[in-house]
Amino acid sequence: MNIRLLVNGSPVELDVPGMRRLLDVLREDLGLTGTKEGCGEGECGACSVILDGQVVDACLVPMSQVDGSTVRTVEGLARRPARSPDRRLDELQAAFLATGGAQCGICTPGMLMAARAYIDAGGGPDEDAIREAIAGNLCRCTGYTKIVEAIAQAATPQAEV
Amino acid sequence: MTIRTEPRRTGSPVAPGTGAPDALLLHPGEIAPGRARTRGPLRREGPEKLTGEAKYADDLVFPGAWFGATVRSTQAHARLLGIDLGEDFDWSKVVVVTAADIPGENIVSLISDDQPVLVPVGGEIQHHAEPLVLIAAPDRETLRAAKRALTVRTEPLPPVFDPIASEHVFAHYEIEAGDLDAGFAGADLVLEGTYRVGHQEQLYIENNAMIAVPREDGGVTLHGSLQCPYYVHKALKRALALDDVRAQVIQAETGGGFGGKEEYPSILAIHAALLALKCRKPVRMIYDRHEDIAATTKRHPAIVSHRTGVKRDGTLVAQDIEIVMDGGAYSTLTPVVLSRGAIHAGGPYRCPNIRIRARATRTNTPPNGAFRGFGAPQTEFAAETHLNRLADALGIGPLDIRRRNVYRTGDTTPTGQVLLESVAGEEVLERGAEAAEFERLLERSARARTKAGGSRSSSPLATGPVRRASGIGLALAWHGAGFTGSGEVKLASVASVELTAAGQIRILTASTEMGQGTKTIFPQLVADALDVPYEAVEIAPQDTAFVPDSGPTVASRTAMVVGGLCIKAAERLRATVESATGGTFAATYRDHARQSGGVRIDQKFEPYPGVHFDDETYRGDAYPAFGWASCVAEVEVDLDTGEVAVTNVVAVDDVGRVIHETLAEGQVEGGTLQAIGYATIEEMKLHDGRYLNDRLATYLIPTALDAPRITAILVEAPFSGAPHRAKGVGELPMDVGAPAVVAAIHDATGAWIHELPATPERILAALGATTAAPSPTVPAGRRRVEGAIRAPIDEGTDPRPDAPTDPQPLRGPQK
Repeated sequence: MNIRLLVNGSPVELDVPGMRRLLDVLREDLGLTGTKEGCGEGECGACSVILDGQVVDACLVPMSQVDGSTVRTVEGLARRPARSPDRRLDELQAAFLATGGAQCGICTPGMLMAARAYIDAGGGPDEDAIREAIAGNLCRCTGYTKIVEAIAQAATPQAEV
Repeated sequence: MTIRTEPRRTGSPVAPGTGAPDALLLHPGEIAPGRARTRGPLRREGPEKLTGEAKYADDLVFPGAWFGATVRSTQAHARLLGIDLGEDFDWSKVVVVTAADIPGENIVSLISDDQPVLVPVGGEIQHHAEPLVLIAAPDRETLRAAKRALTVRTEPLPPVFDPIASEHVFAHYEIEAGDLDAGFAGADLVLEGTYRVGHQEQLYIENNAMIAVPREDGGVTLHGSLQCPYYVHKALKRALALDDVRAQVIQAETGGGFGGKEEYPSILAIHAALLALKCRKPVRMIYDRHEDIAATTKRHPAIVSHRTGVKRDGTLVAQDIEIVMDGGAYSTLTPVVLSRGAIHAGGPYRCPNIRIRARATRTNTPPNGAFRGFGAPQTEFAAETHLNRLADALGIGPLDIRRRNVYRTGDTTPTGQVLLESVAGEEVLERGAEAAEFERLLERSARARTKAGGSRSSSPLATGPVRRASGIGLALAWHGAGFTGSGEVKLASVASVELTAAGQIRILTASTEMGQGTKTIFPQLVADALDVPYEAVEIAPQDTAFVPDSGPTVASRTAMVVGGLCIKAAERLRATVESATGGTFAATYRDHARQSGGVRIDQKFEPYPGVHFDDETYRGDAYPAFGWASCVAEVEVDLDTGEVAVTNVVAVDDVGRVIHETLAEGQVEGGTLQAIGYATIEEMKLHDGRYLNDRLATYLIPTALDAPRITAILVEAPFSGAPHRAKGVGELPMDVGAPAVVAAIHDATGAWIHELPATPERILAALGATTAAPSPTVPAGRRRVEGAIRAPIDEGTDPRPDAPTDPQPLRGPQK
């Protein structure tokens, strides 16, 4: 079936089977391999993306459900000025880098998207709320301590300069 | 010894108010800039991981690649009679590989030669999910259809599932010191106990994955998720009859290992390579989670029995320990896992009279293998829980019994190793107790118990106002740094530092990055040794075509052993350049390289001075040094459901010298949570040799909500044998978390849990048993339990009527 969607701000038009997973379309058809597959059944959250403002597991989303939707993946976080090879990490990515929130990195894209959705929805640096927001994203390396710290840093409103 | 670092945060790990850091501007491939020396540089490959640019195996694209699959056994023990290709499938569309197609030896090369790459027709299937046939197809749909059209004929054979009953012994050790009988004769109290631990899945979030690409020279190049490029290289060469050059192994970005990608990738690499060589296309073998859990290695289950004699003041005088580990169907790394488990089995305590008997046997279950801690978490859980029961029976505190017995400088271990330096058990113990306010909280839970009814017992059937109980527990551990015994000498690892003709400084090692920070700390150590900026030092890809064999990335050896080799190589490079130029390395190396060409220094491992071990007698220095760890855990137990919430943890680890504080803390925090999972929720259930909960929906690991606040404290007791004084860190926290949690459950409820994980079912059963037979008070006078240690073979159930402490829950015999 014919599907139109907006991926990281770019319009995409695809002719795909309606039951093809959003995860496979992102990774294989669009080459956006930043989104990872950890279990394929919605348990680990490694494939988390933001779909119309909500964080979802892309392995559980069939393409037939996303026509007309907006999808944001980890590739859409860092800003890359036009005609420049430079990339500018967003404040969440920078906080993960500074605090040590990424170790092996395989859960990181999904973790970043869950955290991005949390912050975009107005979430603040409250530890319990952050833990709740990333409860669907498994990490085996960090014990979550530095991930929670990174999200809290990024969710702390910057003082006016 | 010094404690250099304190936790940067106290209480909440979140530090609000610090504001978001400035955004970083980075060019593609640019190295993240360093920070002030105390913080350590930012993770080298961090930006790629954070932007999604990092390429894990499944992210690599090879045009025209086929997909590979494994046909596995559905029986635990059987004879393979035949492989039938169905007539209604066009087999010309796919390739099928059986044992008959293996050009070299049908062996997965490791320690023993017992594991086949594929079971041959006529051969014995030894475990469920054992590989029998391989298929590759140009697309997934054809692959699935081919799999469905293939059937195997088998004849069932009687399986063995009980490691105690099994007569096939993979390895056994006996370690003895002093006079055991004299020790027990002089004891005021003798306590026995049997402790059991089950399988644990490493559960790296990236499944095992391998892509094989055929080469024009008839060889094959492997790109995969792996810890040890040269283990895979060696196994490939043997099974495929290839030479060093035609077998090439390249590590892709690796999404966690924890031991699970130590030995397992060898068989997967051979499988992918066999298919690729037959179909002449790149072949992708990317396991899904179900296959990964069903087929790959787990932590060894173990049954550990202790019989211990103590003086009334808590001084240990005799320890008789028997260990049985379940190796699964093939030997893999079992002999070494058992060895480490045995050497650590007494715990970090001085005891003049000791006997440790250990054996590992074969069962018809998937092979068990490496997992962070490597045998020590199993035996140290038993040692610590038993010591806590001893303290309880004597009426002395858990802190005091450890203060009395913990190894100090000059003490001798069971293998006869005199601990000459870097002995920090006491330091980590005191630091942990102090930071966690252990004694104050212990008194508080005692008061709460008194208030709740004057008894430690809380039956789920009793009615009372208090339905939740909180408690605190403490544990202490030691962990030998690097390979056991003469392992490092035999490995003879090499690490290289090169100044290229273009003036680049490059590190060449086979040590892999899997999240722990190899790619950050090696450049950091070399930059320090050369006195150049961190950004000036590159690290070469882990590719057997380019890097020397620096040994496997395991055993907490990378920072200590290979890091030490990198420093020595850099120091030699610096001396070479400085003697040629007369200037400082930093000022002259670029010009020197352009004028005189490149220089490469290969640094080979040299034995640590004064460290000797005899593999035959098992006497001597089992490790060049030990790391020391303590853990204090607070729990809340729901007395209605038996559920445990671990609410707060202080983890104190001595790592010799901290190279990178953030990365070291990350190791402590992550390892601690794996230990908490091991203690509370991670349980593999088996039926007829098959893992029942072989999915992530059924095998649970802690989420951010299950995870406690973890405060990591790093202690530095330097090891003089390493140029940078560092020991290991990776495995230390894994040894100590589970016994701390179990001690806290006891503090909360009065019930001792003897079997991991401490599931709600086990806790409720233990609570019921405790109520039925309340714990005795402090033993009055001399009290002995007579009789020899009962061999674990008799241990269908655990409670002993003659045990001096609270009986254990009744449990049926283990399958």
